Parts: sequence; structure tokens; C-alpha cells
Amino acid sequence: MSWFNKEKAGIEKSVAKKSRVPEGMWTKCPGCSETLLATEIDANLNVCPKCGHHYRIAARRRLEALLDGATWQEFDAGITSVDFLEFKDAKSYQERINAAVAKGGSKDAVICVQGAIEGVNVQVSIFDFSFMGGSMGSVVGEKITRSIERALHLRQPAIIISASGGARMQESILSLMQMAKTSAALAKLKEAGLPFISILTDPTTGGVTASFAMLGDLNIAEPKALIGFAGPRVIEQTIRQKLPEGFQRAEYLLDHGMVDIIIPRTEMRAKLASILKMLHSPAI
Amino acid sequence: MANNFNLEFEKPIVELEKKIEELSMLALDGLDIAADVSALEGRVEQMRADIFSGLSRWQTAQVARHINRPFTLDYINHMFTDFTELHGDRNFGDDHAIVGGLARFNDQPVMVIGHQKGRDTKEKVYRNFGMPNPEGYRKALRLMQMAEQFKLPVITFVDTPGAYPGIGAEERGQAEAIARNLREMASLRTPIIVCITGEGGSGGALAIAVGDRILMLEHSVYAVISPEGCAAILWSDGTKGEQAAEALKPTAQDIIKLGVIDEIVKEPIGGAHRDHEATARNMKEAIARNLAELSKLSEEELVEGRYNKFRAMTRCLE
Ligand SMILES: [Zn+2]
Repeated sequence: MSWFNKEKAGIEKSVAKKSRVPEGMWTKCPGCSETLLATEIDANLNVCPKCGHHYRIAARRRLEALLDGATWQEFDAGITSVDFLEFKDAKSYQERINAAVAKGGSKDAVICVQGAIEGVNVQVSIFDFSFMGGSMGSVVGEKITRSIERALHLRQPAIIISASGGARMQESILSLMQMAKTSAALAKLKEAGLPFISILTDPTTGGVTASFAMLGDLNIAEPKALIGFAGPRVIEQTIRQKLPEGFQRAEYLLDHGMVDIIIPRTEMRAKLASILKMLHSPAI
Repeated sequence: MANNFNLEFEKPIVELEKKIEELSMLALDGLDIAADVSALEGRVEQMRADIFSGLSRWQTAQVARHINRPFTLDYINHMFTDFTELHGDRNFGDDHAIVGGLARFNDQPVMVIGHQKGRDTKEKVYRNFGMPNPEGYRKALRLMQMAEQFKLPVITFVDTPGAYPGIGAEERGQAEAIARNLREMASLRTPIIVCITGEGGSGGALAIAVGDRILMLEHSVYAVISPEGCAAILWSDGTKGEQAAEALKPTAQDIIKLGVIDEIVKEPIGGAHRDHEATARNMKEAIARNLAELSKLSEEELVEGRYNKFRAMTRCLE
């Protein structure tokens, strides 16, 4: 009940306003109030060069920045969701799927690729938050599970980069089951002695946090990312008190022992490469 | 069953029962009305059967959280012997929203674990309304791993509105506790039988519901979110639970079609809250039968079978 919360729509909207690099030549950074050239921020992976404020970044752009150039291959790009429950509120689920697909980006909320980071071959799943708030239904669960199974089969590390409001309500019980399915696949990976690195970006909440995103051998967060189980508003309504400053932000999770390290986006590739090379010697 | 917790749709039944009671009083005055009374009693039974065989999804959700519905300790009382409750997560505390311990099931030693709700106000608070904190899930995992060590089957009872959304819960890793249970239950080398007995409330339910067999009581519900929570998001109106329940399709009859549960366990006519003993009897029969089947499997077969079971839970278009 609690973790797929009222907050979701709210998070999407407010962040959309605050954290995407605005169009136009000049922009005022919400972190430091400096007026900056939009192209300057863009060139710095959507991180403010003055204060380090992290704007959101498109999934494919992040992949380009993370992986060795031109070596990656996408899997299962064509799988799409079905409205098997005939779920309807103001619009039917099918209409929502169609509208999200029609935006021309991904066909669902996760992209799965095989690539390399400084020569280390990896299986990477990355959430596309622009597709229904990165929510996890059958397609997301299935693609991530296949990605982990590929890692197992090819003896490669698995990486999941999360940005999600949680389970996709429109698939009800089956979206819940994706939490169990993906976690079960990670049990196999662990038993096989292969690394799983979870990267939590803004925002990672609900059923995604309560499954694979918290199960990394390393849990890595981006600065200030919202990471939690229940949404802040649900918690406030339940306990009827104000939440502490910085609650559920990456730094707060680091303080409470839930993530290993916070790494700025601009340093992610180099740091990941260094970690992967220590954990994993590729099969030859 | 005169009580203060009759559901709206049970009213016609209650009114008829009242009439029978009044008639029976007349019998005390020497009037011979035995035939009338027994005819009316027949009608009550028929009415009850009719109403409970045609419950809407929203009504089912009401039955699933009926205050007199049997809770885990009631099942333990009726189905198990020699129960020894074990406490604590060896880390932070003991969560009263989850109970667990050693017991005998038809003489066989087992580990039994379940969510626990309260009936009166004091106990409701003590049990945190059946909403566990991370300690509850960590206690459950500790007991499951103990079961694996001593080769005992695990039987869980699932009945929670959800994991508790509080500051402390977040600070102590509610998400991590649930996630870890999912992963560890997937590879536990001992049989796990899960019984959904009331409210299967999202991740807070699933965290003790990964098993080889998933049994579900006829009038219980299991979904990714409560009808009220869903309504609050989709209609910005928490009172539209009825519409949300229809959309979420959370009943046993809905879910069995998706392959998420293995078996629907019958409730006595009028719902589990009318007869704990009969409910427990039906549940016990189903558990015993499934346990006998599972005990023929090797540890490898169990774990592989469990993986394939959840692996198959997908509906998409390729
Ligand atoms: Zn700045």
C-alpha cells in the first residue's frame, strides 16, 4: 500500500521543472543561482560546472558517457507492455502505453545493453524515467532479469542504473512479482560470484528500491538523489510531523549506511572502471 | 455472531437473524413455532451463501480486513502444536507486527512466520496495525535461515496493509530489508509454503511471500497497492476505493488466472471471520497436501522450481 504513493505524480512534475536543463541559451542554476550557458551544462553531463548540481539526464546520453564508444549492443528493445488487466482510470493503460511509445524514445521504461567500461565487458540496464516515470511492470522486470541472466551466462558483471517511481500500478500483482523475479535472478548472480553494482539516481523509490536497487554488492548513489521506500508525503501523512532536512537524499542514506558511496556523474565512468577491475577478472 | 463489526452488505443477514431471535423468544411463551424458525434459518443460510458467492472486489477487500478474521496467532493456535515464539532480529529490536517461531505441524517440526494484527485498540497499536518495520523482516529472515540450517519447512501467513512508512523505518533500511528477503527466500534450501490469509499489501506482504506454493484464502486480496492508495493517486480521491478495487483486480479469483498463486482455499460460508476453526481446517488440509508433495523434491529441485515459478510471471508482447 504505502510505497506506491501519492507522491509519484508530484515528484515527476516538480523535478521536471527543477532539474532538466532548460532550453535556450542562458539558464540560472537552482543550486548556485549562477547564470550559465545551457551548452556548458550539457557538455558537463548535465552537472552544473560551478556547484555540481545534478540535473536529470536522458538514459541514452548517460550510456554514451559511461560506456566505451560504439561497442554496445541493445537487447530486447522491441518488447512492449500489454494491458492484460484492462486497467482504466481517466485513460486506459493501453492508451498510456501508446502515448509513451509515441514519444519516440524507448518502448518501455528500461534499456538493456551489453557494453564495456574501459575494456571490462558488462551487462547494463538503465531506466528511462521519461517512460511512465520509470515504473516497473512486466517488461521492465523481464528485461532486467534477462540482462542478469546474460551476465550469469557470459560471466560478466551486471549494472543497473535506477530512476523509478516504483512498481507500475496498472499491472497490479504482476508488477509486484517483478520485484521477486529480479531479486531471484540476483541470488543466482551472487552465488556465481559475479559483481552486481546498483547505481541509484534521482529519484529511486518504492518497489524498485525495495528489490534490486538495494541489493548491489556496491550501492552507488548520485549526489542529492531522492532514494527511499515510501514517498515523503505518505510518511508525513502517516506520522503527522515534518520530515528532517535532507531526508531520503543520497547523503542521508550514506549517513544511515544504506549506500556505499556517492559518486558525481562526471566521475562515474572512471570510478566504475576502477571498481570493476578490482572485483572482476574477465573470463578469457 | 452478534457483534459490532458487521459489514454493510451483511446487514440483510443480520436483520433476518434478529427476526429469528425474536421468534425464538415467543417459543418461550409456549407457542409452537419450530417450523417457522427452521424455515427462516434455512433462508438465512441461503442468503449468506448468495451474498458471499457474489461479493464485488471492493466487498472482498472489506472481508479480507474484517476485524474478526483469523490472524496468524489464531492459525497457529488451531493448526499447530508446541509453538515456541522466537523474538528479535539480533540487530535492533523485536517487531510485534511479525510473529514467528518453532512449532509442530501434524507432528512435523516447522518454522511458522506471519504478520500479526490486533483486534482491540491496545493490541492494534502494539502490533502497529500489522505494518512491519525493517526489524520484522529481518527477524523473519533470521528464522527462515534457521529453518534452512535445521532442515525445517517454512510456512508463512500473509496479512498486512503494507510495510510501515515511517522515518525510523526508512532510516533503518525498510527497502533493503524487503529486498534482502526477496533474494534470500528465492534461494532458501528448504520448502516454503505461503498462505495469503487477509490483506496482501504490496512489498510489505511480498517480503515473506516468496515460496514454492502460494495458497490464498477465498476472500483475501493481494495487490501492488491498496484500493485507497491507488484511488488517491489515480483519482486524487482516497474514497474512490471501490473503483480502484475493480481496476486492481486483487481477489484470489483474479490472481489465479495470472499464475501468481497455486490454489484458492475455501472459506466457510459467510467468510473466515464466522468460523476460525473451519477456516483453519481447510487451510491445514491444503498445507499438508502441498507439503507432502514438496518433501519429495531435492533441495536443488526446490530452488530451481521456485526460480522458474517466479521467472514465468510476465505478461508482455514480443
Ligand atoms: Zn550551480
